[in-house]
Amino acid sequence: MTTSTLAAERVTLGYDSHLVFTDLNVSIAEGSVTTLIGANGCGKSTLLKAFGRLLPPSAGAVRLCGEPIRELSARAVARQLAILPQRPLTPAATTVRDLVMRGRHPHQSLLRPWSREDAALVDQAIEATGMTELADRDVNELSGGQLQRAWIALVLAQNTPVILLDEPTTFLDLSHQLEVLRLVRAINARQGSTIVMVLHDLSLAARYSDRLIVLHQGRVFADGEPWEVITPEVLATAFGLEALVIPDPASGRPLVVPLEPAESSERPSAVRSQTQVQQAS
Amino acid sequence: MSGRQGVDLGFIALPWRARLLLVTLACVAVVVTAFTFGIAAGSSRIGVGDVWTTLLGAGSRAFEFIVFELRLPRASAGLAVGLCLGMAGALTQTFSRNPLATPDILGVTAGASAGAVSAIVIGGGGYSVGASLLGVGIPVVATIGGLLAAALVYGLSWRQGVDSFRLILIGIGVTAILGGLTSFLLVRAQLTQVSAATQWLVGSLSGVSWASVWPMLVVLAVVTPIALSQSAPLEINQLGDEFSTGLGVAVQRHRLAVIVAAVVLTSAAVSAAGPVEFVAFVAPQVARRLARSSRPPLLASALVGAALVMVADVAARVAFGTEIPVGVVTALIGAPYLIWLITRKNREEHL
Repeated sequence: MTTSTLAAERVTLGYDSHLVFTDLNVSIAEGSVTTLIGANGCGKSTLLKAFGRLLPPSAGAVRLCGEPIRELSARAVARQLAILPQRPLTPAATTVRDLVMRGRHPHQSLLRPWSREDAALVDQAIEATGMTELADRDVNELSGGQLQRAWIALVLAQNTPVILLDEPTTFLDLSHQLEVLRLVRAINARQGSTIVMVLHDLSLAARYSDRLIVLHQGRVFADGEPWEVITPEVLATAFGLEALVIPDPASGRPLVVPLEPAESSERPSAVRSQTQVQQAS
Repeated sequence: MSGRQGVDLGFIALPWRARLLLVTLACVAVVVTAFTFGIAAGSSRIGVGDVWTTLLGAGSRAFEFIVFELRLPRASAGLAVGLCLGMAGALTQTFSRNPLATPDILGVTAGASAGAVSAIVIGGGGYSVGASLLGVGIPVVATIGGLLAAALVYGLSWRQGVDSFRLILIGIGVTAILGGLTSFLLVRAQLTQVSAATQWLVGSLSGVSWASVWPMLVVLAVVTPIALSQSAPLEINQLGDEFSTGLGVAVQRHRLAVIVAAVVLTSAAVSAAGPVEFVAFVAPQVARRLARSSRPPLLASALVGAALVMVADVAARVAFGTEIPVGVVTALIGAPYLIWLITRKNREEHL
């Protein structure tokens, strides 16, 4: 078993008086791509924020490489862990390169807010995200997909072993969602980064993650490789979703096919028998 | 505006920002020119060349008296007030992510005004409390009032940290209360006191002496390095508080440093010259548009503020026949700019 880079130990998390998790334990293995899934309001983003020390737990501790993250300075954490929040604010009159340059902040000092290394890493991050052509464009002129890639480039420029992404594919069309997730896999493959993200699309989560964690009613409901986690039983309980799980013909990973409520449809039964045939073969 | 090139001198390395450098140098040139004309202009005219020979210690006795005793304190006060307000405005607008937010929303201006007016009105009334208020001097009372009000706004905004939007709303509330208090004092005051108080409330450089210039210079010397040290975190914070934390900014500590810097700068300027209108609002917006940057550049904003106050003061002394308070002129320049900015912004949003 690989060491855990990031661990929540007996954490209690919540907002004001409303508790989301009590006594929760989750640890993340080094070099893996882990995705937190669950129904709306299950606390996926809450847990991700706790991992990224944006939301301090009221009890328990989050550890980064064994150290309590609370006791590390903001800057020291930022050299180890990058987090892309759900809705970052886009600054006015800023080029893509200027935006990505901000990712270098934790590595810079007061009198050296720039270095050749910074410039080189920014260029690399821009290239890795396919933004080279757009590097001098104002970020306010970018499309949703391009802007999302610019944000990921910023996080890449931060050059950290751990990367947290909160719903990186929201508001993107399918081809841009795929583009972002392929990029995530590429970063993981190239740099061995540990990546934790929150996604809504279960099939895409299954397709691009090593491990899925299903959160439901304040606890970890299911945890493991995609085929262990994405089962009709888990979907029914954690998502209130009646669905078939079939192998994705393209990736072999689980593919979720939602069913129509029993009384109103004829089709699902036909599909079911077909799938059973496929799974049997 | 690309971060691709930089200048590396070993102990210091900066990204090469040609436009910002040019704009800053141009602002320095304008400020030096305005400063020179500020000394040259007046009832006894002095040539521009004479101003500098005198400043450099080679002028005649008469010129020395006029320059050092009469004109230099006022020109320096204009310079310092403008620098303070310009930089305070840039800090406030950037941390609050709101171009309409001036240091006034931190409560400091309203607090200083309430303090000064109480000193003038109650002090003039002959009560012993009032007399002692006036005894310590209007600038001191104004400073205390401003700092207390700012501390109140910050304290009331605190809820597991200060959120800039909540701070603005509470600042507006506290400003309104203090404004009411000031009006109440004015309504109850004697006519002569009202006249003195109003003169103060408009903002004027007419009574300034070296005694009111030094505190501002000291404040500028201390606060400018603190403000500049917050320049990079200010830029990061444009991405939101969560992203800032993610990028290693200790958000609450940074915000406190910025607010204290803005409050102290504003307080110094307001105590010396009264609330000179619109400088803190207009100067950063002009500087940002000139530099075409994502936020108002701190030094350029301070310099534009200085240029604005000094030009307005020369105009206030020369252009209208009789002298009028500088605050009136900055408002006359600032208000149309505000309107132009808002209408232009609307148009951009509709595009």
